[in-house]
Amino acid sequence: MNGNKRNGNGKKPGKSNLHFSGWRRENGRVGVRNHVVILPLDDLSNAACESVAHNVKGTLAIPHAYGRLQFGEDLELFFRTLIGTGSNPNVAACVVIGIEEGWTQRVVDGIKKTGKPVTGFGIELNGDIATIAKASRVAKDYLQWASELPKEECDISELWVSTKCGESDTTTGLASCPTVGNMYDKLIPQGVYGVFGETSEITGGEHIAKARAINEKVGEKWYKVWKAYQDDVIEAHKTDDLSDSQPTKGNIAGGLTTIEEKALGNLEKIGRQCRYIDVLEPAEAPAKGAGLYYMDTSSAAAECVTLMAAAGYVVHTFPTGQGNIIGNPIVPVIKITGNPRTVRTMSEHVDLDVSGILRREMTIPEAGDALIEMVLRTANGRLTAAEALGHREFVLTKLYRSA
Amino acid sequence: MSAPQLLVHEKKDTVGVVVVEGLKAGTEMTAVVTADNSAFKLKATMDVPIGHKVALTDIRKGDTVWKYGQDIGKAVADIGKGEHVHIHNLRTKRW
Repeated sequence: MNGNKRNGNGKKPGKSNLHFSGWRRENGRVGVRNHVVILPLDDLSNAACESVAHNVKGTLAIPHAYGRLQFGEDLELFFRTLIGTGSNPNVAACVVIGIEEGWTQRVVDGIKKTGKPVTGFGIELNGDIATIAKASRVAKDYLQWASELPKEECDISELWVSTKCGESDTTTGLASCPTVGNMYDKLIPQGVYGVFGETSEITGGEHIAKARAINEKVGEKWYKVWKAYQDDVIEAHKTDDLSDSQPTKGNIAGGLTTIEEKALGNLEKIGRQCRYIDVLEPAEAPAKGAGLYYMDTSSAAAECVTLMAAAGYVVHTFPTGQGNIIGNPIVPVIKITGNPRTVRTMSEHVDLDVSGILRREMTIPEAGDALIEMVLRTANGRLTAAEALGHREFVLTKLYRSA
Repeated sequence: MSAPQLLVHEKKDTVGVVVVEGLKAGTEMTAVVTADNSAFKLKATMDVPIGHKVALTDIRKGDTVWKYGQDIGKAVADIGKGEHVHIHNLRTKRW
């Protein structure tokens, strides 16, 4: 597993016959969107960022609720998430606005390591109006510059594809999650980077998740993360047990009864063959080459997708049963469902209908191929349902309350 | 084969999942085991919503319930073959 040219199975990814056209960034990574992001350092700077995005049409402000008086590991995660978001290859250039210049510059310096254009502005000693004027000029230059960046033909091995499911029911374990699993079984050997997470939702299937590590050492690392969640979060904060939130009310309405049943369906997302090669901190970029990774994340959809996007993943595959409608500001989120009632009642949210699996009209391998085709179409620019409907859920994971 | 009303993951399982809307009590269901595509018939004895589970056999209170070939919890009431299985008669062993 040395270097970037080997995947988790130890095979060198060859040139596949699967291609897409994307934007190659200054650091060599390939993006499938070309956003100019106006990134607030903190909650106070949301208004200025939204004003800049209003002035310069086609730029994207991503407001959020935090960034003040955080400390320790919570602050590190905050910076990693913000810097990772700006650094994602789906972002062409970035303007950062913060209440003060110190932490603003820390985010700017972090994003600058990718080589992409980034400029920061502090509001103190300037006020909103002067800051918005200065930032808008830079944003306009970035937007026009980005609009002329050419796309190039890339092998599918240049894609980083994440997964997380939501509003699961029994159909996700039968159809949409195995569809993602089949995609990974086919694409990971091609040299794609994958990632799954949702530490709380593995509970009930931890024996299976541990055994899917590439080796015992990685399995132990995984188990430590899972156990720490049980001890430090569940045991420390529970008022009775997890049974009121895991499974969720939506899961139960969809027919899921126990946390074990939910976890077993969830784990269908990693297929039959692929094994994860490392365990990542939330928002940590993978560093052991191509392959499947595990990330320690919440199971709340927007938090999880935000963390995976901050780690550098550029397309997200999202199986749903009852109809989770989540999107992300910088990463296209492909919605896959096998539930015919969800297809009937919420079709505008569905990118890939695999309900044929339940009718035995479609096999899992056929569904996997259909998903690979949808991933490539999305990478080539097809807007997902969530993008078309304006879903831009950007939610930071908070480890504990601020000072 | 016409579309099944019930899907079962593994041979070992004691519950299957209703995959059609509006399933009525008395329906003679076609059930398919996805692991090997084998089919069998089972009569639903209750109305069961899509996505919810049906017992494939009589299950006694305290018995382990199997799905995906795995232990998903224990029956907290006797469950008859063809009956609805959910939070009223199945619970995790964890808590």
